[in-house]
Amino acid sequence: MSEAPSVLESPGMRAHPRWVRISHWILAASVLTLAVSGVVILMAHPRLYWGEAGNDLMPALVELPIGPNYRHVEFEGRAPIRQDDAAGPVSASRTTDIFNQNGWGRSLHFLAAWFLVVPGLVYLLTGMFRGHFRAHIWPQSLELAPPLVWREVRDHARFRIRRRPDDPEYGLLQKFAYSFVVFVAAPLVVLTGLTMSPTVSAAFPFLLTLFGGFQSARTIHFATFVTLLLFTLVHVVMVIASGFGRQMRAMTIGPSARPSGSLRTGN
Amino acid sequence: MKNRGLLTRRAAITAGLASLGAVAFARYPRELPPTYGHILRMGDAVTYAAQRALLPRQKRAREYSRADITSFPAIGTTDPGARKTDLGEEYRRLQAGAFKDWTLSVEGSVKSPRTFSLAELKDLPSQTQITRHACEEGWSAIGEWTGVQLRHVLDAVGIQPRARFLVYTAYDDWIDSIDLLDALHPQTILAYGMNGRELPVPHGAPVRLRLETQLGAKSLKFLHTLTLVDEFNDGGPEGAIQNGWSWYMGI
Repeated sequence: MSEAPSVLESPGMRAHPRWVRISHWILAASVLTLAVSGVVILMAHPRLYWGEAGNDLMPALVELPIGPNYRHVEFEGRAPIRQDDAAGPVSASRTTDIFNQNGWGRSLHFLAAWFLVVPGLVYLLTGMFRGHFRAHIWPQSLELAPPLVWREVRDHARFRIRRRPDDPEYGLLQKFAYSFVVFVAAPLVVLTGLTMSPTVSAAFPFLLTLFGGFQSARTIHFATFVTLLLFTLVHVVMVIASGFGRQMRAMTIGPSARPSGSLRTGN
Repeated sequence: MKNRGLLTRRAAITAGLASLGAVAFARYPRELPPTYGHILRMGDAVTYAAQRALLPRQKRAREYSRADITSFPAIGTTDPGARKTDLGEEYRRLQAGAFKDWTLSVEGSVKSPRTFSLAELKDLPSQTQITRHACEEGWSAIGEWTGVQLRHVLDAVGIQPRARFLVYTAYDDWIDSIDLLDALHPQTILAYGMNGRELPVPHGAPVRLRLETQLGAKSLKFLHTLTLVDEFNDGGPEGAIQNGWSWYMGI
């Protein structure tokens, strides 16, 4: 056994502030719903492209083997589909009935997106005004000394994630991961999603320029989703590994042994 | 001291949100599609109201060059004449006559309802635009469309001030509607040409709608009738809402 207590056995452990706990669970429910409905939407057309346009008569970057539409779609007079635009643009009539649950899939996706965008903005504004990000999420310059970074990477690679009592609440790699999600991945997934809206891209055409077109935005949207999915998996594994019960208490009702008055001192 | 600072910030945020809300409310659409108490349709209504309230209105969708034109799948109904319906039979007859007898009826809350033949539509000022068609399935295609601005057609019949929505029906029995902001959008056209040729049957001959600020499903092919209505019309069992789809597809 190591002498240093694990991250949640450290004596400085406190519950998260109430606004963090509330926004965490609203955002978690929203992200879960967005993931499920997003995959349903993708199953209607599981091909990804780069640029403005991409369809079954054009070559894809990748065709994902998800659902019944994978390599299923056929066109009148074009069997098998030629993935060759050299002959110039063509038109053809689709002869296959395809899997398409976008009636509820899309509406559920956009309903859930409201619960990502509005609470997400409240979380960002509150975090900024309260100094939460500076104090807890954003890596401090002292932590960024190369030997310290190297030690963190080495320890994580060996699954030796132990904390000393005077360490900050979050480890350095944990801060990197949270900063990436809050300041990069979440804004990117929202902006690429909005770029796919024809009304939004008409109002703000710079979004199409920024992401290299409608289909590029869709591809980046999916890639960011995969990154967020990986983050969530690691996040849940770390929560379980570092004491599921304690962590859940800290993110829901607060620690059982402490008077509630001391909970908010970390704000 | 710290609390007082927080209160000031909170007051500033509240004031900011309140003024944003006031601006949004002033631009809120006067009528919303019915939600039937359905939570998904409520989400659609929030999106529609928010886009109308917060975004600059009637902005033009991006246009492309001839070199950007891509292959273009035709999906859904690709030949209404193959349908065993009254309208399918009528379409077959019109197609046999190269659509010379086809007319578009414009009716409802208008000052002088009338019909337009294909030749009459072509006599109105024409407009050509190369735009991106985004399908709700996830694919997109770039094509060149030639037609007449819908606003010219609506000007010719005179919109009654009480009219709020445009309902349109097609020879494949589809029915859909848009608000007048979209109907009068400068890129909303009745298209009779595609990529420099007559509009082919799989893409909606003789005339289809092109609505560039919503998804492709709203741009009905094989147009039959345009009706201006004063109150929202969900299109009944043939309409999007009762089929489990969102009415507003600007997202």
